[in-house]
Amino acid sequence: MSNMNRRDVIKAGVAATAAMTTAGIVPVQAAPTWNNKPEAGASIRVLRWKQFIQAEFDKFAEQTKQFAEKTGVKVRLDAESWEDIRPKAAVAANIGAGPDLIIGTLDDPFKFPEKLIDMTDVADYLGQKYGGWYPVAQKYGKKGKEWIAIPQGATGGTMNYRISHMKAAGFEKFPTNLPDYLKLCQALKKNGTPPGFALGHATGDANGWCQWLLWAHGGKVVNEKNEVVLDSPETVAALDYAKQLAETYIAGVASWNDSNNNKAFLAGEISLTYNGISIWTVGKNSTDPKQNEIANDMDHAPMPIGPVGKPTEQQNVLVAYGYKYSKYPKAVKEYIRYMWEKEQYDAWEVASNGYVAPPLPAYNDNPVWTSDPKITPFRDCLKRCLDNGYAGDLGYASAGVMGDFVVVDMFAEACLGQQSPKDAAKRAADRAKRYYNV
Amino acid sequence: MAVIADSPPRQTTPTRFARYRDNRSVLGTLFMFPAAAILVFFLAYPLGLGVWLGLTDTTIGGTGRYIGLENFYSLAKDNVFWLSVFNTTFYTVLASVVKFAIGLYLALLLNERLPFKSVLRAIVLLPFVVPTVLSAIAFWWIYDSQFSVISWVLIKAGVIDHYIDFLGLPWNARWSTIAANIWRGIPFVSITLLAGLQTISPSLYEAAMLDGARPWQRFRYITLPMLSPIIAVVMTFSVLQTFTDFQLIYTLTRGGPINATHLMATLSFQRAITGGHLGEGAAIADAMVPFLLAAITFSYLGLQRRKWQQGGAD
Repeated sequence: MSNMNRRDVIKAGVAATAAMTTAGIVPVQAAPTWNNKPEAGASIRVLRWKQFIQAEFDKFAEQTKQFAEKTGVKVRLDAESWEDIRPKAAVAANIGAGPDLIIGTLDDPFKFPEKLIDMTDVADYLGQKYGGWYPVAQKYGKKGKEWIAIPQGATGGTMNYRISHMKAAGFEKFPTNLPDYLKLCQALKKNGTPPGFALGHATGDANGWCQWLLWAHGGKVVNEKNEVVLDSPETVAALDYAKQLAETYIAGVASWNDSNNNKAFLAGEISLTYNGISIWTVGKNSTDPKQNEIANDMDHAPMPIGPVGKPTEQQNVLVAYGYKYSKYPKAVKEYIRYMWEKEQYDAWEVASNGYVAPPLPAYNDNPVWTSDPKITPFRDCLKRCLDNGYAGDLGYASAGVMGDFVVVDMFAEACLGQQSPKDAAKRAADRAKRYYNV
Repeated sequence: MAVIADSPPRQTTPTRFARYRDNRSVLGTLFMFPAAAILVFFLAYPLGLGVWLGLTDTTIGGTGRYIGLENFYSLAKDNVFWLSVFNTTFYTVLASVVKFAIGLYLALLLNERLPFKSVLRAIVLLPFVVPTVLSAIAFWWIYDSQFSVISWVLIKAGVIDHYIDFLGLPWNARWSTIAANIWRGIPFVSITLLAGLQTISPSLYEAAMLDGARPWQRFRYITLPMLSPIIAVVMTFSVLQTFTDFQLIYTLTRGGPINATHLMATLSFQRAITGGHLGEGAAIADAMVPFLLAAITFSYLGLQRRKWQQGGAD
């Protein structure tokens, strides 16, 4: 199966999905009622994140066209990079004009919840029909009793490692706990095949592994009451551990942005890093035989579990939210419902080759996830992740702390020996308080 | 031939409108108006808005309320902000001094009779012609911790045995970003100074030579004084550009590692746009204004022509 190309996967996926649906295997429960008629003559503007995989966007656009044909709702679909969507979404909320629907990232809808369409009926319908949302998906969609956004999934990140190097370091399987994981990193370093994890201002990668490690030790920026509790023994323990890890890293990680680890991995300089599926995809499709070889010799694994005893990953969760200023809120809801239905979502997932981890566990049976075992670890990203406001609320403060790299800088200070872990935790807590104590 | 009889012109007192039309100061004001409107609309208004935002707790997309100087009090207790002030000052002073020294040296060289003079001058301008982001990306590769061409050459030459961590250690990152800024800024300084050099009358040098002045004396007592108004302008612009640098840092380090290369401009962007706290970001930008005003004052004083330059006594 692992030698299948994308086209084969699509064919197999579509065929299998069709077969399963007709055989009644897809867990379609007692269909909840859905009575929503788009406004007559409705026309909506949709702004979504920019594609990294063209086939994924093409499928999305194709399905959008089908929706337009079926419902008579005109849809204009635009795509922009996620970093640009964040300020635009906020400005649209403020001035009351712009796209009717935005598919963006993370805590954005929680910055202006009162400006958004109540999506509770859509979320309830999809949740009931497909057996419920992941808890973290619920956290990213629901404010109080009301759903203000519909989670689309996550462009997940996992451990990316070289199989042969891991074996040479004495591990047959990728470690699932922190002590073993440290041993692996130390052995990799000793063998001259070091790990490399970004410690610079890398929005995706550095936040991804630093938040994971902090939460894995029980540290967190805030508690349930949104009080800053970052300066804690658990945080210091996380930093102490990170310091030992960083000693095994290749030189220069403090300067890395989101693309450095991709380059270093595909050049064979590092044997372990935190990344999405892109390194493998690029390596596999490369015309350079060396990179093909690396893709063949690599695999993905979930992040190891720390003393808290449960997965604590941080993932880039995608969310769709409509604005109250839209003249066609019913058309917006209908569009989301249509695109999120399993039939559409599955076909889109196949086209994206498993780029987005689904928000509804019922969608995990998509054959794309098992078409190559190397894709499978990405499937359960939402099952394993916490939200980036953990354990408090999502909103301006959580977005500010992340945007200001408070946690990443704390890890960098401790790992580079600029501050003792204790001082680094204290300094970061002071910085976080500036956002939470407003 | 038809003769059209015209009534003789009547002698009338000019209307109020006509009087205004012929009034020089009214006309002057009128003609100034478009320029003033452009300045107010595109410069004064954004500046005023920026100052105002700095006094509010506005978030992107949110309506803020007036909070007085709270942003500034809060920044005064923020060590990342003070680090960015230090970085900005250090970056500006060092880069400007070196740019001036090398720029002046190059200008003096290019002012001599050299073969292929115009080709050489064009080459000197190159770094200035390349868009900043492009040259920043080139430097990003040059400074890469794994693929740096500098490290590669030095290792091949046997000078070092491991790759230099240009952007990963705080002080290395500071020196590296300053070097990139200097490379980019030299052409502006040297070409402008060269233009200034060419306005100095050769007769002054001839007279000095007849008096037996040595090269250093000619430089010290003719070139430097005659060039000083140009130097003042060039250095003001150079300082302003360096002080407000953004693209280079944003492309190379995004302010990392551990904020060691965060300038006030990049920190302002990070807090305002990425972090969403527009008010605080504006306050950081406002904090840059006093420095910029100082530079402008310096330029204003430097621009004043001295009497001795027109042959009078100071």
